[in-house]
Amino acid sequence: MCGNEALAEAAVIAGCDAYFGYPITPQNEITAYMSRRMAEEGRVFVQSESELAAINMVFGAAATGKRAMTSSSSPGISLMQEGMSYLAGAELPAVVVNVMRGGPGLGNIAPSQGDYFQATRGGGHGDYRHIVLGPSSVQELADCMPLAFDLADQYRITVMVLADGILGQMMEPVVLEPKPRRPLPPKDWALTGMKDRKQNIVRSLWLAEGALEELNYRLEAKHRQIRDNEVLCEEYRIEDAEIIVVAYGIAARIARAAVDRAREQGVPVGMIRPITLWPFPSAQISAAAETFRVFLAVEMSCGQMIEDVKLAVEGRCPVLLHGRPGGGVPMVDEIQDKIRQLTIRSGAV
Amino acid sequence: MAGKIVIDTERCKGCGLCVSVCPKKVIIISRESNRSGYFPAQTDDIGCIACGHCAIVCPDGAIEVYQGEVDHIQIVATSTKRNAPQLIEEKA
Amino acid sequence: MKTVFKRTPVLKDCPTHYCPGCGHGIAHRLLAEVIEELDIQDRTIGIAPVGCAVLAYNYLDVDMIEVAHGRAPAVATGMKRTNPDHIVFSYQGDGDLAAIGTAEILHAAHRAEQLTVIFINNAVFGMTGGQMAPTTMLGQVTATTLGGRHATGEGYPLQVSEILALLPGTTYVERCALSSAPRIKQAKKAIKHAFQLQMDGAPGLSLVEILSPCPTYWRLAPAKAMAWIEEQMTTAFPIARLKG
Repeated sequence: MCGNEALAEAAVIAGCDAYFGYPITPQNEITAYMSRRMAEEGRVFVQSESELAAINMVFGAAATGKRAMTSSSSPGISLMQEGMSYLAGAELPAVVVNVMRGGPGLGNIAPSQGDYFQATRGGGHGDYRHIVLGPSSVQELADCMPLAFDLADQYRITVMVLADGILGQMMEPVVLEPKPRRPLPPKDWALTGMKDRKQNIVRSLWLAEGALEELNYRLEAKHRQIRDNEVLCEEYRIEDAEIIVVAYGIAARIARAAVDRAREQGVPVGMIRPITLWPFPSAQISAAAETFRVFLAVEMSCGQMIEDVKLAVEGRCPVLLHGRPGGGVPMVDEIQDKIRQLTIRSGAV
Repeated sequence: MAGKIVIDTERCKGCGLCVSVCPKKVIIISRESNRSGYFPAQTDDIGCIACGHCAIVCPDGAIEVYQGEVDHIQIVATSTKRNAPQLIEEKA
Repeated sequence: MKTVFKRTPVLKDCPTHYCPGCGHGIAHRLLAEVIEELDIQDRTIGIAPVGCAVLAYNYLDVDMIEVAHGRAPAVATGMKRTNPDHIVFSYQGDGDLAAIGTAEILHAAHRAEQLTVIFINNAVFGMTGGQMAPTTMLGQVTATTLGGRHATGEGYPLQVSEILALLPGTTYVERCALSSAPRIKQAKKAIKHAFQLQMDGAPGLSLVEILSPCPTYWRLAPAKAMAWIEEQMTTAFPIARLKG
């Protein structure tokens, strides 16, 4: 199954009530697949007039307590940023899938990781965060969906699944089965009609003196809670490693092969693979930087995640980059050469 | 059939729309302001036919209209609801 | 004593922030009365726009949501599609609906969404200080058309009702006004009909455009503002039941 369809089916299995989307390569399979499957399940599918409308449809469905999602690719996700800020301000649960493509501008339809800043720093206005998941296989991409919906409902926050053109298009065997849901709080804030309760209001406008500040502190407390409890990351062969590659998504798949090959040649190299890009696994990287090592960030961009690595390392060790932007995909041997250069320079071999 | 209207003088913002639409011209703008500083509408009900136009055009829903025999106590304006002090005493 | 007119409980018992003589207050009251009379208060969800009426949720006692500027029809789509048995209405101003939200209202209509849209046309951007709106009249002076609106520079007043009436996806489009008691009664009838259609599950969007006074930014006394609607606005925005 291709990644796009796997994540779509996983979303259906996870109980997605409504999908709103707009065509954009390289994620069209999601929209097409959902148009069929959601109809089969008697659920809601709407192809909107723009990504901007799509995120606002998600906003409406989420406000009534439904599990709603949208998917798009980089330029479309840019159009959704206003909506995502409103989702954060109104504390609504939502799932947004970004199958990244080369940018900036119209860019190209090749895979890329150039939206990392937008995803992890938030491209909308105001102080807000949303959870960002960075899967690196079709199976993991599919597994992200139930996790994303649960996290969204649990924390009343937007969860972005950050994939890329390769992950979306590549085909791999995948196991799709219902996953048990986390214990989730009731949605008594939802707009369901005032049958036997007082009026519910979903809003992000707080004009009263200090009210918005209060909301921001509440959001910040939520973010701290997420940072403390929801970080996911894989540590691969780093125990004795003197060089640590840090990579996520498809770049991590490629880097893993380079690490294995280098290991075969006796180079002590390992990899830390962030799965949640926000909250970023700073603690794990900081711990790894306790002993002197050379960190190599491998990204399909000019270097964005590297900044989070540097923040975690706090200058204790060198942090270098092997990045290829604009749809360029780093090859295994390139990464291997880079690792070899690092070993010579640091005299590890 | 005589009528009577009750104007919530605290809520009225003195926009004067009721004054302009009253067919009997029995509503005037008071010279005393309410707590918000607006000069509310008031009426002495003489000649009111309870047509309701004043209440229909009132943007603040501050007017209630009643119809029936009115013994001529002139209730100039009362503040209904909440504990707003009664600003204008009953006319002597 | 028989009560002829009393305030509806669907309208919360609190003062509003609207300027003296503003049409929003009247429109809110009509909306609240219709919701009460149709007995749908416990299954109605309302959408407040960005504009003077952004605080509508403080006044209308139904489940309410406040959304991004112009996006109400998209939000309404998301709500109605996932909650078909609820009554969803959006209450929007001319800046919200006819300027930034044009695509959203057009496509909601074009998709025949079963929604009720209350469109308040007061020919200016109120909340932000009386700037020109798409529905500003030719020659009308606003904060951004100090010399009056000229077709060459700022185009023509946008006739939303006429446009939407052309779309097969709309089932009912009527333009009303708040300029006098009879007009207001007619506006209430239109609003009620629009809600009734949605309750009956009629396919398609129903829109009631309401010409509404903005005394503050028309620089007219409330009563004169009402007259301005009758004499001026109706020339570009004729009162009519355009469809359904």
